[in-house]
This record gives sequence, C-alpha cells and structure tokens, in this order.
Amino acid sequence: MTLVAGSWLAQSGTVQTQGSTPAFMLGRLALVPDLSGALWLPDERTLVVADLHLEKGSAYAARGVFLPPYDSAATLAALAAAILRHAPARVIALGDSFHDIHAESRIAPGNLATLRQLQQGRDWLWITGNHDREIGPAMGGETVAGIEISGVALRHEPDRDEAGFEIAGHLHPAAKVRMRGRALRRRCFALSPRRCIMPAMGAYAGGLNLRDAAFRPLFLEGLSAHLLGDGRLFRIDERLLLAD
Amino acid sequence: MPSPLPPAFSAWFASRGWSARPHQLALLEEARAGRSTLLVAPTGAGKTLAGFLPSLVELTERGSEREGLHTLYISPLKALAVDIARNLDMPIAEMGLPIKVETRTGDTSAAKRTRQMERPPDILLTTPEQLALLVSHRDAEPFFASLRRIVLDELHALVTSKRGDLLSLDLARLRTLAPQVSAVGLSATVREPADLQRFLGGTQTPAGLVTVTGGAKPRIGILQTASRLPLAGHTTGHAMGEIYKAIGRHKLTLVFVNTRMQAEFAFQALWSINDDNLPIALHHGSLDVAQRRKVEAAMAAGKLKAVVCTATLDLGIDWGDVDLVVNIGAPKGASRLMQRIGRSNHRMDEPSQALLVPSNRFELLECKAALDAVAEAAQDTAEPRIGALDVLAQHVLGVACSDGFQAGALYEEVRTASPYAGLTRADFDAVVNFVATGGYALRSYERFAKLRQDKAGLWRASHARVIQQYRMNVGTIVESTMLKVRLGRARAAKPGQPSRITSGGRMLGEIEEYFAETMTPGDTFVFAGEVLRFEGISGNEAICSRAPPGTDPKIPSYNGGKFPLSTFLAARVRAMLANPREWAALPEEVSSWLHAQRLKSRLPKPGELLVETFPRGGKFYLVAYPFEGRLAHQTLGMLLTRRLERGRMRPLGFVCNDYGIAVWGLGDMTAAIAGGRLSLAELFAQDMLGDDLEAWLAESALMKRTFRSCAVIAGLIERRFPGQEKSGRQVTMSTDLVYDVLRRHEPEHVLLKAARADAATGLLDIQRLGQMLTRISGHIVHQPLDHVSPLSVSVMLEIGREAVYGEAADEILAEAEAMLIEEAMA
Repeated sequence: MTLVAGSWLAQSGTVQTQGSTPAFMLGRLALVPDLSGALWLPDERTLVVADLHLEKGSAYAARGVFLPPYDSAATLAALAAAILRHAPARVIALGDSFHDIHAESRIAPGNLATLRQLQQGRDWLWITGNHDREIGPAMGGETVAGIEISGVALRHEPDRDEAGFEIAGHLHPAAKVRMRGRALRRRCFALSPRRCIMPAMGAYAGGLNLRDAAFRPLFLEGLSAHLLGDGRLFRIDERLLLAD
Repeated sequence: MPSPLPPAFSAWFASRGWSARPHQLALLEEARAGRSTLLVAPTGAGKTLAGFLPSLVELTERGSEREGLHTLYISPLKALAVDIARNLDMPIAEMGLPIKVETRTGDTSAAKRTRQMERPPDILLTTPEQLALLVSHRDAEPFFASLRRIVLDELHALVTSKRGDLLSLDLARLRTLAPQVSAVGLSATVREPADLQRFLGGTQTPAGLVTVTGGAKPRIGILQTASRLPLAGHTTGHAMGEIYKAIGRHKLTLVFVNTRMQAEFAFQALWSINDDNLPIALHHGSLDVAQRRKVEAAMAAGKLKAVVCTATLDLGIDWGDVDLVVNIGAPKGASRLMQRIGRSNHRMDEPSQALLVPSNRFELLECKAALDAVAEAAQDTAEPRIGALDVLAQHVLGVACSDGFQAGALYEEVRTASPYAGLTRADFDAVVNFVATGGYALRSYERFAKLRQDKAGLWRASHARVIQQYRMNVGTIVESTMLKVRLGRARAAKPGQPSRITSGGRMLGEIEEYFAETMTPGDTFVFAGEVLRFEGISGNEAICSRAPPGTDPKIPSYNGGKFPLSTFLAARVRAMLANPREWAALPEEVSSWLHAQRLKSRLPKPGELLVETFPRGGKFYLVAYPFEGRLAHQTLGMLLTRRLERGRMRPLGFVCNDYGIAVWGLGDMTAAIAGGRLSLAELFAQDMLGDDLEAWLAESALMKRTFRSCAVIAGLIERRFPGQEKSGRQVTMSTDLVYDVLRRHEPEHVLLKAARADAATGLLDIQRLGQMLTRISGHIVHQPLDHVSPLSVSVMLEIGREAVYGEAADEILAEAEAMLIEEAMA
C-alpha cells in the first residue's frame, strides 16, 4: 500500500487506495490518474482522456509547416495502451479530440481504422471542445457537450463557477520543478477536492504552466500536482512549482 | 616599369606620403587576370584597401557609364559594413572617383532596398544573410549579371560556422549567375590557407594566395600577480587592482572576458576600486542596443579609458585608439587570442600590447601554452566544416524562390561550395524532398507541397506564401530564448499565495532563459553594472529590482566559457604537465602545486589519461583529466554516470571544467577497481559512443536544443519575432515534442541526421570525445588515493559552482516528491 501524505488530502481524509495505485475522491467518484495522462474511474469502468488534438500535424502541414506526420498514430498508440491496460466499458474524450473540424478530411485511413477498432465493444463519448465543435459521424461514437457522472460534471473547458465537482481539460496543465540546478517540465494532473484538470494526451499538445493566471481562479483553495514521470506519477507540493 | 595604377591613384597615394604596398599591387594584378585571391595579412597591413583597390581602379577606368552592380562586399558584422563604407568614402571623395557605394543591412529601409534593386550602386556592402535574400530574389539573375568582384572580409571568422556554410552556397550561386566574377578574401593568419582558398574560389577553381608576413611581434605578458593565484574559480578578483593600474597607464584598454557574467563581475570590481573615477564602460551582447551604441561612440570619440567586453568586440571594427588589450581568464584558443590582441595598436609597424590574466592555476598553464603558440605564430583554426544539411535546406528553398532549379544542375553547383564537396546525391535529394513535402517516409503531405516541379522539371516555390515564409526565416543564427530584464517589484501577498509581480520599469537588457531558470526569487546577480534582485518571470520578462547598496551579489552559477579549450592548446597544456623541465618558467606557486601533485599522486605522461579515485565525506570520487574542454567532458560525464550506474557504483552526480571531470557516488570505486569488479578500460571504452550515447540522446536537453536550432534553420519551424508569438518557451516545448515523435517514428530523417552532425561538433562535442577515447585507449593510469590530490582540488571546487548533472528525470522528481513527505512526517 502506498501512503500518500500531504496537506489537504491527508486532512480531508479523502485518500483511498486502489491496489498499489492511490485513488482520489471527487465527491463520491474515485479517480485513478494514469501515467499515460488518462484518468481511470474504476467504479464506472470508464477511461477519460483529454485534448488528444488528433491531426494537429496535418493542420500545420496545410499551412506549410511540415511537422512529422506521426502525431495521430503516436497519440492513438498511447490511447490504445491505456485502453488495453484498463479494458474500459466506456471511453470519454474530454474535448479537443481533433485539432480542427476538418481533421476528418486529413486523417490517414489506417489511423481512422485504429480509432474505430478501439471503439469496438465499448461506449465511446466525444465531448466537444473549442477545436472540435463538430465531430463527423465517420469518427464513430456519440457526441455530447458534457456529461455528469456520480455528481461530477465532465466538460471540456473548466467552469470557474462550478459549485459542485468537475473534471475538465482544455488548459493542458504542465508543471516545472527544479532540483539540484536542473529544471524539469512535465505534463500533470491538477487536483483539488472539487476539481481535476487533466493533462493533454496529444503528441503535439503543448503544456500550460500551473503558475499561469488561468489556473488561479480554479484552485483558490490550493492544488496538488501529479507530474507524469518516465516510470510513474509524482505528486509535487504546490510550493515547489515554478513559473516558466 | 609603368605604374599599374591609374594616375589619379598614384597621385593620391603620393599626396598622403604613401606608396601602394606590394600585396595591394599583387591583388590588382590577380584581379585583372580574373583570378580569385586570398589575402592573408596581419592587422594594420592595409587589407581593406587592398581588397577594394582592383574594384576602384576598374570602376575608374570604366568611367561613368553605369552597368549595374560591380562589387559586392560581405562582412560578418553589420557594423563593420557601415564602418567600411565610411572608410571607402575618403579615397573616393579625395580622388573624385565616379563611384557609388551603399550598404544594405537589416536596417536599410524598404524603399531604399527597392531602389537598390532597380538602380544598384557600383559597390554594395552587406552581410551573409542579406546576400542570401538577394540571391533568392526573383530578379537575382539580372541584378547579379554585371557583378565582377566579391570582397569577403574577416573570412577566417566567417567560415567556422553555419553562416559560412550558407555563404559558401551563395558564392556558388553567384558563380553561376555571374560566371565572370572573381573573389577576394581578407583573412588573419590561418593554419591552413588552402581550406580558405577552396572556400573562396570554389572546389573547381581554388583561389590564389597572397601572404603578407612581418608586422611587429606583439608584446604579451602574463600578469605576475602579487596575490595568491586561486586553485579554481573564474572571477579573477585577485588581480583587479593590478588590472586597474595597467588601465591607468594606458590611453584606452580593452578588457576582454569570455562570458557576460565575467564581464559584469570585472566591471563591478573595477568600479569598486575606481578612486580616480576613470571612465570605464561595459559592452556585451546582452546589453540594450542603444546602450552599446553609446559605448562605441564614446570609444571612437576618445572619451573612455577602458571597456570591459566580451566577444562582441572581437572582430575588426576600430572604435578608438586602443593601446592595451587585457584578456581575463584563459584565452581558450591561440587564434582567438591573436584576434583580440590585434585590437590594440592597429598599425602594422607598432607592436600590439597585451596582458593575460589567468583566474586560476590551470588557466595559467593555458595562458602559457597560448603565449608559446603565439610566439611561434602557431594557429589552432578549426577543421574545415562539413556543410550542414539544415543550411542546405534553407538554400534550396531560397533558390526555388528565385528562378527555380533543375535538381541535377543545382546538385553540381552546390558541390562546388567547399563545405559541400562531399555531399552525396542521396542526401541532396533527401533535402529537396524535405523542403518540398517534409521528406517523410509516410508521404502524406504531397497535396500541401511547398515546391513543385513544372513540366520542364524545374523545381519552384508553389505559392507566394512560401516565399514570404522563406524571407522571414533566412539566416543561420538561432538565438537562445532571451528574456528582457525589466525593473519592477514583487508585491507581498498572503502566505501560501504566489506573489504578484508588477513591472513597467526600465528595460535593462536581456538574459538567456536558462540563466533565469537557475534563479529563485530573491537571488541577487550583477547585470548592466548593477546588483539586481530577481523577482520573478512575467511573460517574456525577468522582473528585477535594484538590490540595496552594498549587497553582495550571489552569482548562482558560473556559466562556463562560451568556447571550450581548443584541441591544440589542450595538447600543449598536457605536454607542459608531463615535462617538469618546463615548470621552471611558471610562477613558483604553480610549479610547487605541480610538484606536490607528482609527490602525492602522479602526473600523466604525454598520451596518458590519469584517473584518481579517493573517498571523501562518506562518498567516493573518481577524477579524470582528459583536457578536452567542458563540452566534451559534459558528454563524457553523462555517459560515465550511466555506465557506473550499471556497474552498481551508485553514482550521484558529476561536475566538470575545461580540464577535468569529477564523478562521485556511494560505491567504493577504488575497492571495485582493485577487486576487478570495475575496469577503467571498459569504463572509458569507445563503445560508450554506441548504445549509451543513443539512449542518452533520446532525452538530452542539449540534443533537443540542437534539434530545435536545426529545425528553425531548415525552415521546419518558423522563426519567432518579438510580439509575434506568445512566448518562445512554448516553441521550445513544441520542438521537443516534434523531436520525440520524429526520433521514434523516423530515426533516419534528414533533420535528425543534421542534428546528429551538429551534436558531433557542437554542444555535445562528441567528435572530440571520440578522438580522446581513441587516444587514451590502453593508456589509462589509475592512482588510488586516501584523499583529494592537489590537481583534483581544482576540479572539485567546481562543485557548488557548476550545475550538477547525472540524475535521471525520475530521480529528480522523486526527490521533489520526498520533500513534501519529509515535511508531512516532521
């Protein structure tokens, strides 16, 4: 059993453990952050992923910036690995799954086939985001603006006026720490007792530093950062986080 | 014999009491024969006039009929082009020649540029980047059709970088556009003039050579300090009083240092003892441009007594009557030292005066080696470059933006550029494919192609937007991300909340982002001659406040030297160490330091690598002395710690400087070597450059920086301009992502090939490391010790000064995580 000690989590007594992986509670909903950047909801057998930004590479290429055309394949491979690990009954993509509304016209047939295959035998929910307000039927799944699970709202863009509990994406949180003269910047989950902002999963999705003003109104009571390391997640005290 | 000079010229020379020098006439004759020529001459030999004389004579003989551009002059510095324009004005005006001279730099107005294309001057002075833009212009062909002569100034300085690669390609283009053109290269003394001759004339028709020897020998001394010479450190604080006195005795002194931080320190230290209120100024690349221009003007006007400066003043602009050059710290290379010394007494018949001030004992050895090298006029000019593929990609796009090209013909043309003589057709085609559609095995971008072939097989830019992109991205200088330094304050906030930073104060200059990253709010550092308190980063600005008077600056990290110790000087230092007979010429404290080393440990023989191991403070140390420069040592350290990790030596970190490297860990390396569990021969075996290197490159921040620079130069990523993009930091982030994806999916891609070639000679200096491993193979001597040796102290003292490397990302994160747990348990 791993003991997760620390300020608000320990005090508020919301720590549970799930096998060897710590789980966190948002109200009644248990969350397990995954090293891939996905979020596993064990009680719901649901895998949540955020900001896949599929076809971002080809969107740049259309403007004459020829980024390597492997981002969609890489993102789908990460997604497939997470699905294989958890065998979810349902996958929820938290918006900005596609970099733009024309992604459908550019996605390689092989990648589309991979995506459709991942959808086999499970529910698949696309929540729309600011990059993908429309998602064509060719992409499979069901498209919604948001959904509520066990009293927790799942939406693309965090709502600072949310009085209840919320899981959102959109901001691509990343955190920077420095130890022994070396700075590291990694994607991360930003967690508080009421809110979870998920890291972007897309291979070409950049990160916004947790110190950015955009996070402040969302975490007035503080936050804990869970950084995606190479071998596991690392929970870093808010006071150690640096601005860029 | 009739004078080869027209009467007006002979009269002009006579009126000034001069006569044309033999090399000036030699160049005239070569030019008349249509031959390209390299002129190698010391400072003050009248190089510039020699370079322009053939053009001036020809233009005079031609008379006033305009035929378009006649001579193109290229200098590495914008300021130098402007300076030369001024110098040319004098003979032209005095002889009343019908010649029009203009400059074209980044500062030239759009209207003037347009006018220059329509009605070119006779002589155009410009920089390599502007030349690239001209060559890619849609009217390049008519514009250059009349070109007769190219003058390349400071050629030795131009050819050592990617700028040189770009220049060589543009010269090849000019030889095609203007087959009658010949080139004149002006250069300081170099080791292999043949390399420059090939560069100048092209591989098919190397340029001829005119050498001017002689000139007064420089008078160089090493400062014999009355105080104790430190074992380590780079500030040279001990010698400031003596430097100050030397400044007082001279008209104008240039105090050269190797890094911006040394410049700040020296400036601060000199002013703290400036009882006579001597006008001493500061000049380095991070200062605000307006500030630098002010200093330059004051120098030219004779209003200054000394200027503390970095490499920004290395190159040949004469800002004033410099009569002493002080070089603080080690010179790092004999040629660089010569270049700097040449800044003083810009007349050939008077000796230059220079004073070398080593900041520690190793640097004293290096100064001595450099002095001997200068006395023998030995040079350590770098090996000729192998042309970079990212630069070629930029050039290919440029040619496509002008008239388009046939692949076969352009390939042949490119190979006449000496850096690209060995370019394979396969690499050339890969570059063309890269420019056209990204060059990926997965050919999914065909429909977005930037280049398309027309019916005749001519490759052309597919769209006006492509041309615009090219023009925004031209050039090979990729600056590291800079933050503006602005005065402001951090407002105290509630505990636990990040403090608010208010800015809006004066802009002081710029610092590298990675330097700002090493600081924590509250740290003090010296900048622009003041002690500043770092408040935090806000957007693209590092907000700082003025520290209270009397604050001792805490300089968190000495940012090494920009230039690593040259191979050539390193060999001399190693030889000096191995030969006690040479120690007599060294100051007593240095020779007794070496004697103590011989007594307590040992000194390596020539060709040997000394490795010492010893315990200290509960840890175990391994110190080696390859003398291969900081960059190669850093790479060595990364690879050694990986191997020690595998050998269960539990390494914790390492530091290095130009001379040696110290690794420490929890495993007893002395015992492991004695027990046969650790083999130094295997530890330093050449195969570390195989899988270990590959594995490290996958995550190396230096490699990612190298890749980013290649991606920008090759035009994969657009160059960002201030205010145009949110922040350079997001760019860094995204090229890292691109690097990861590309490396995993297409490791043989041409851009990764370019980045690897850069890493071999650039930030990772792998090539030099490889040569070292070959050199020492079978020649490692191990000295187990009970404690620190005299020599090792100088390396060990870097601990705490230099960033410590060696931890994997996860270990660093685990340590940060543990800090939280410790606190919770307390």
